[in-house]
Amino acid sequence: MIVARTMMEDGLPEIAAAADLSQLDAIRVKYLGKKGLLTDALKSLGQLPDAERRTAGSALNETRDALNAALGARKQRLEQLELENNLAASTIDVTLPGRGTVPGGRHPVTLALQRIEGLFRRAGFQVVTGPEIENDFNNFEALNIPSHHPARAMHDTFYFPDGLLLRTHTSPVQIRTMLTQKPPLRIIAPGRVYRCDYDQTHSPMFHQVEGLLVDESTTMSELKGLLHEFLRNFFEQDSLEVRFRPSYFPFTEPSAEVDIRLASAHGVSDWLEVLGCGMVHPNVLANVGIDPERYQGLAFGLGVERMAMLRYGVNDLRLFYENDLSFLKQFA
Amino acid sequence: MKFTREWLNDWIALDLNAEQLAARLTMAGLEIDDVSPVAANVQALVARVEAVEPHPQANNLKLCQVSLGDNPTVTVVCGAPNVTAGKTYPYLPPGTTLPSGKRIETAEIRGIVSEGMLCSAAELGISDDAAGLLELPTDAPLGARLDEFLKLDDLIFEVGLTPNRGDCLSLLGIARELSVLCERSLNDRPVAIVPALTDSRRTVSLSAPTHCSRYSGRVVQGVSVSTPTPLWMMERLRRCGVRSINIVVDVTNYVMLELGQPMHAFDLEKLTGGVTVRLANQGEQVHLLDDTALELDTSSLVIADENGPVALAGVMGGLDSSVTDDTRDIFFESAFFDPICLARTARRFNLHTDAAHRFERGVDPAGQVRAIERATELLVALAGGQPGPVIDVVAPSHKAVGETMTFRPARIQGLLGMTVPEPAIRQIFERLGMNVTDQALPWRVAAPSWRFDITREVDLIEEVARIVGYDQLPVALPRLGLELALPSKADRVDDARHALVDRGFFEAITYSFIAESLVAAFAPTQLPIQLANPIAKDLAVMRPSLLPGLLSSLRANRNRQQTDIRLFESGMRFLRDGDELVQETALAAVATGRALPEQWGSDGRHYDFYDLKQDLIAVFRALRQPSVEFVPGTHPALHPGQTARIVQNGVTLGFIGTVHPAICKQMEIDVAPVVFEINLEATQDPVTPAFTPLSRFPSVRRDIAVIVDAAVSARQVLEVAGAVAGPHLRDLQLFDVYQGQGIDSGKKSLALGLLFQASSSTLKEEEVEHQMAVIVTALAREVGGVLRR
Repeated sequence: MIVARTMMEDGLPEIAAAADLSQLDAIRVKYLGKKGLLTDALKSLGQLPDAERRTAGSALNETRDALNAALGARKQRLEQLELENNLAASTIDVTLPGRGTVPGGRHPVTLALQRIEGLFRRAGFQVVTGPEIENDFNNFEALNIPSHHPARAMHDTFYFPDGLLLRTHTSPVQIRTMLTQKPPLRIIAPGRVYRCDYDQTHSPMFHQVEGLLVDESTTMSELKGLLHEFLRNFFEQDSLEVRFRPSYFPFTEPSAEVDIRLASAHGVSDWLEVLGCGMVHPNVLANVGIDPERYQGLAFGLGVERMAMLRYGVNDLRLFYENDLSFLKQFA
Repeated sequence: MKFTREWLNDWIALDLNAEQLAARLTMAGLEIDDVSPVAANVQALVARVEAVEPHPQANNLKLCQVSLGDNPTVTVVCGAPNVTAGKTYPYLPPGTTLPSGKRIETAEIRGIVSEGMLCSAAELGISDDAAGLLELPTDAPLGARLDEFLKLDDLIFEVGLTPNRGDCLSLLGIARELSVLCERSLNDRPVAIVPALTDSRRTVSLSAPTHCSRYSGRVVQGVSVSTPTPLWMMERLRRCGVRSINIVVDVTNYVMLELGQPMHAFDLEKLTGGVTVRLANQGEQVHLLDDTALELDTSSLVIADENGPVALAGVMGGLDSSVTDDTRDIFFESAFFDPICLARTARRFNLHTDAAHRFERGVDPAGQVRAIERATELLVALAGGQPGPVIDVVAPSHKAVGETMTFRPARIQGLLGMTVPEPAIRQIFERLGMNVTDQALPWRVAAPSWRFDITREVDLIEEVARIVGYDQLPVALPRLGLELALPSKADRVDDARHALVDRGFFEAITYSFIAESLVAAFAPTQLPIQLANPIAKDLAVMRPSLLPGLLSSLRANRNRQQTDIRLFESGMRFLRDGDELVQETALAAVATGRALPEQWGSDGRHYDFYDLKQDLIAVFRALRQPSVEFVPGTHPALHPGQTARIVQNGVTLGFIGTVHPAICKQMEIDVAPVVFEINLEATQDPVTPAFTPLSRFPSVRRDIAVIVDAAVSARQVLEVAGAVAGPHLRDLQLFDVYQGQGIDSGKKSLALGLLFQASSSTLKEEEVEHQMAVIVTALAREVGGVLRR
């Protein structure tokens, strides 16, 4: 019993003091190994008289269990400490920048164009495209702009020596569509257009979206409603002020220009002209073989750069074609 | 066109302020672009210079005795060259200020005390005339405020008229429109008939009646051309942007601004015989007022006398027959010229005069005589003269009344979606000067002569909408049937766009026209598609490729200190295929700089051909394109040893490669970018993935390294290995290329990784070994490959 108590009193503190797993194992061997102190004591029990042997035996067993338990607990603790040390040693600076390729970005004109397209596609409009080098019929004649019409002066057309021209608007796509498809029609025609003009507010090339809806009963009120909805959604301003103002285009009658007042942190802007529209002129329908007594249509056209400038606050049209990365990165 | 409030007040009384007036016109389709004051803060008084003496100390200065009426005169030192005793000028006494804010004080000038200042028009902000003092009429009330005397508290309105509203190119037109809009009556005085005092006349013949169907003329004899134009008329002209010339020309311009009818005055003595309106003979010349001589052709309409053309009809008068200081007798012209003929002539000779502008848009076909009577009335009153009778020659084809058309009131609701009661519609028409001739349906409506733009029912509908106001149109939404939108070509462009953006590219938009020299560099076999009227020499030819534009943008970015540049563009390119014009959508990209953005832990490797190749493959994957191959190729703008042709089922989709050093030099690009361009329209329809059942059995991987001649391409080696690898090959990849120590020069080592897997059993070791032996044998036979040990 004295032996057992001594071993307990000596062993437990030794276990508690073990600094690592190898020290702990040495302690285990010292007491509980094949030739360990406790193992030896157990082996020598047989030499004791019966009465003492039972008492001494149970004392030694108790000591062995206590040492085993202490060894197990200490081992778990030391393993835990080792893991903690390993974790501490493998700490990284999570504030370092990430690595790899950084995505680029779409052009702001594309972003505006896709926004416009998306809104009309969700309303059931089909996106159609057409060639940029056009003939006089599709760009002018069919649109009720005969040669020497004063409206031609508003167009500043680029011509080719053979009489073809660069389309001045995407309206020829309407003509191509109406020549091949029968009403009801609802299309939008996005694309590049060209005018022979270059300064701070004019580019010889820019982008337009034309819309057309032809059926038996569409009205100017519906044109107004459609564009109200479109503009409020495009600019994400529910209370956007929109006004329709009489204007003149040879291919629509009645014709209107649409102005908006944009709200911003600086207050509400003056009236800004954003698009032209109207009811398709009966001559245009007749020119493409659609009976103007049966069908009527609404049409609108808007400049994409203009919309992008208003949406993003870009103040110089020419920036769109310089492709300066410090400009393009602002829209990524 | 410009008009002034003061002049407008002659025609219509309105209780609208400037802002309301501008808004009313703008919202009726007559857009007011600008409203500006005639002059601001003019404090000058009307004063007379009683005496002028030289300044004792300065040759270029004078001492003027200035009188404001009763007061004793004051001395003003003045340097103006035109100061003359007895004349009347604006005077600023000490204590007043110029519009510029400068304060006028009593000051000693070269030893003489000057009390105030005599002013030029420019100094008062009235006009640009700074040549001398502004001379006022001698009857101007001395001491009166100049701004009151000259009615300077006036506003100039600039209206941007649409081409259909030629009827509003005059004070009368604007006032008439306002009388409709504001429901106010027009002060439209009856036409003053000036009786003829002589029988002097010239014959007029219309030999081209389709181009000139009406010509009114009138002789006025004994006109005092040297009579100064009265200040009120000069001011009205000036405020409307017209320069004063002489009393006769000023009267014609005044009538044009007032009534919208352009007029001309000839020096009667310079006209030989009668006047003929005819088409010019080929090669005939006319010497115009602006001192240019034009050579005419048979489409030009002229006014001619017996000796030849004396004016380019409706555009500009001739110099030789123009009114000068020596003129005594004049011949007024007030005609109706065909708008199309005028537009053609004005454009052909690039002469956009005020007269041509009006004739092109159309003038009132019933307004010629009224204009000539008004001009005679003004001229005789201001400069004397004996008028002859009005000669009014009208061709039978002349249409002096507006169109009559049918109108169905129900179409208002049908087209506008707005209800307007019939009486209201009728009232609008009547206010517009239309004659509604029938109560029964449909109505018959006659437009007034000046509304030649109204020719059919839909024009009447627009008038109703315009007068009621577009703001009154209800807001509705179209009622559309459901229709599923099919994917469009634009969707595919967008798939490619997203692939490149995800991989670090920025989208560019470059002009569709480039310099002709770049066509030679990028598409030397293409005949350039030239614009007839380019805006600049380097934007003169349609692009046959997107690369020149992108490379110019790359250069511009390098010039702005950017080093890592990856740009792409999608858009049309323009080619000739024989006689056929091809317009196709292409996609192109250019890249230079580091493979990865500058970052820690990166070796800063340069972006190269293979990076771009992988980015392009990503595009093809996004477009779901099968079997695209890269084969060695050549392209005029690319490095001959670093170019691949991109082929799909035997069709060339485009090229990828390093830009040729000669092109870099030509375009002043100091790096060698890698580029690709593909024709998106030549790609196939997207392929839908087809599922292959998964194998549950383990796979076996074998790696080998093969030494081949350096000239043998990787594609050859992979094709040979793939062809004989048997049915269980799942994957074959080239994972290393090595040249250097251990490899003979002229040779290279290619490391291949092969993955085998059967679908219905576990592959046996012997099967794999056998297959590898077959591959090694084939590589030795086909490409001289030796297994590297």
